[in-house]
Amino acid sequence: MNPARIVPVLLATLALALWPLAAGSYGIDFATKTMIFAILALSLELLVGTTGLVCFGQAALFGLAGYAVVQLSPADAPASLFWLLPVSMAVAAAYALFMGALSLRTRGVYFIMVTLAFAQMAYYVVHDTPLGGGTDGIYLSLKPVAEIGSTVLLDLGDPLALYYFVLGALALVFVFLALLLRSPFGRALAGIRINEQRMRATGFTTYPYKLAAFVISGAIAGLGGFLFAVKDGYVNPELLSWHLSGSVLVMIILGGIGHLRGAVIGAFAFALLQEFFKSEAIFGDFSKHWLLGLGLTIIVSVALLPRGLIGIGALLSRRLQRRVGGTL
Amino acid sequence: MDLATFLIQCLNSLQYGLLLFLVASGLTLIFGIMGVINLAHGSFYMIGAYMAYALAPFVASTLGGGFFATLALGLVLAVLLGYLLEWAFFSFLYGREHLQQVLMTYGLILVFEELRSILVGDDVHGVPPPAWLAGAIPLGELMTYPVYRLFISAVCLGVALLMWYVLARTRLGMKIRAGATHREMVQSLGVDITLLYRVVFAAGVALAVLAGMVAAPVSSVYPGMGNQVLIICFVVVVIGGIGSIRGALLAALLIGVAETFGTVLLPHAAGVLVYVLMALILLWKPGGLFRAGS
Repeated sequence: MNPARIVPVLLATLALALWPLAAGSYGIDFATKTMIFAILALSLELLVGTTGLVCFGQAALFGLAGYAVVQLSPADAPASLFWLLPVSMAVAAAYALFMGALSLRTRGVYFIMVTLAFAQMAYYVVHDTPLGGGTDGIYLSLKPVAEIGSTVLLDLGDPLALYYFVLGALALVFVFLALLLRSPFGRALAGIRINEQRMRATGFTTYPYKLAAFVISGAIAGLGGFLFAVKDGYVNPELLSWHLSGSVLVMIILGGIGHLRGAVIGAFAFALLQEFFKSEAIFGDFSKHWLLGLGLTIIVSVALLPRGLIGIGALLSRRLQRRVGGTL
Repeated sequence: MDLATFLIQCLNSLQYGLLLFLVASGLTLIFGIMGVINLAHGSFYMIGAYMAYALAPFVASTLGGGFFATLALGLVLAVLLGYLLEWAFFSFLYGREHLQQVLMTYGLILVFEELRSILVGDDVHGVPPPAWLAGAIPLGELMTYPVYRLFISAVCLGVALLMWYVLARTRLGMKIRAGATHREMVQSLGVDITLLYRVVFAAGVALAVLAGMVAAPVSSVYPGMGNQVLIICFVVVVIGGIGSIRGALLAALLIGVAETFGTVLLPHAAGVLVYVLMALILLWKPGGLFRAGS
C-alpha cells in the first residue's frame, strides 16, 4: 500500500486514540458520535462509491439495528454484548437483503426512490405501530456488557470504554473494507460501477454481487446503529428518517466519493461544520440559524470542490504546477 | 362508511391528488427536461405558502386587497426567483453528476428553511381563505364540504389543462418536448437551449409556488412543510415515470386516493401504504407508469 496514503490514516487513528486525554466529557461524546456516523458513512460508501448504487435508505438499516438493541435487551439485567451485537447487525443485514433483493430490479433515479420507499416503510412501522413505541421513542435502561463468567471485560455504559470500543469498530470496518475492495469481490464491484454491461458480457452474474454488497453494507450500518443506541441509551423514529439518509449521503459526497478516507473525512467535516456554526461563542445569537451557514458551505463546496474535500490536495498541487509551469 | 362520507373522502382525495400534481408537475418537468434532481423543489412550495401568508396584508394595504392580486404578485415573484436561481445555481449543474446536484440542492433546502426562519419566524400561522370562498356546501343532512377545497381542485384542473395546451399545442411546448428527448438536435437547429431551460425552470418554480399559495388556507403554514411535500412529490414523479406529465397526474391521483382513504380506513398503516404502493408499481413497471420519450 502506498505509504503517502497510509501514514495520514495511521496518524489520524493515533490522534483519535489520544483525544480522550485532551478532551472533556463533551469532547468524548462528540467524537464518539462522529465516529459512529463515520461507520455509517463507510457502509454507504461501499454502495455508492464502490458499487455505484445510490442508496437513499441507509438510515433505515442504522435505525432498525438501534431498535433491535432496545427491544431485545432484557429489562432487568444488562444484555451480553456477545449475542446482542451480532443479532442487531443481523437484523439490519436481513432488512438490507429484503430491500436490496427487490430494489436492485430498478436502476438510476428509480433505484434511489425505491430504496427511499423501503426506508420509509421501516420508518412508518416503528412510528405508527406498537412495535416501535411511536414518536417519543424508547429508552434502553441497561447498556450491554461483555462478561465471561462473572468478570466484566467491558461495560459500554462507561463513556471512555464506549469511546475506545467505537474507535476500534471504526478502525476494523475501515481495514475490512480496504481489504474487501482489494479482493476479487471488491474488484468485481468496481467493475459493476464502471460498466455493468461489460461485466455481464465478461461472464459475471452481477445481481448476486450487488446483493452481497447491499447485505454487507447493511450489517456495517447495523453496527453503527447498535453503537448509536448504546451511546444515547435511547432510540426514536428520527434515526430511520430520510433526513439522516440524506445527511449521510452529504457526508460522503462532501468528503469525496470513491475513497474510504473520503467517507470518514466527510463525517468529521460535517460534524465539525455543525459544531462551528452552532457555536454561540463565534456567532452569538445568530448561532440558532446555524443551518444557514451549513447550507451555504455545502453550496460553495459543490461549486469549488467537485471531488470533495479529499480532492483539495490534488487541486492545490495542480494549481501550483500550473503556476510553476507558467513562470518557466 | 355511508354515502356522504364516501363522497367527501372522494372529493378530498381529488383535491389532495390534484394539489400534489401541481407541485410534482414542476418537479417532473425540471427532472425530465434538464435532468436535474432538485431536492429544493419542496422549498418552493413552502415559499409559496409563506408568500400567501406574508403578501396578503401587504397587497391589502397597497393595492386594496384581492385574493387574485396576491396570487398574481406571488406568481411574478416566483418566476423571477426561478429565473435567478437557474442562472445562479442550477445552470452549472447540468453537466455534473446527479450526486452533486443532490448535494447542492440539499444545501439550498437548508438555506431557504433558515431564511424563512429569519424573515418570518418559526410559528405556525393560519391563512384565511377569501371571504367569497369561505362558505360550505351542504352534503346530505349532516355533512358539509368547504367551497375553498373545490376551488383548489378547480385551479389545479385549470392549470393542468393549460399545461397540456402549452406542451401539446404550442411552438414553445414543441421545443420543450423536443429538448427533453433530443437535446443536441434541438440546439443545433438554432433553439436557444439556455433560455429554454431558464423558462422551464421558472415555470416549474411558479407551479410549486402556486400550489403552496392556494394550499395555504387549507394546510396553514408551518416550518418544514416543504420537506414533507418533497418526498411525496418524488414518489409521484417516479411512479408516473420521470418527465411524464400525464404520468404525474395519474400517480398524484392514485396517491391522493391511497393516502386519504388509508387515513380513514387503516390509520395505523396509512403512512406505509403510499410507499408500498410505490414499491409494488416499480416492481411491476421499473420505469414508472408512463416512461417519457417512449
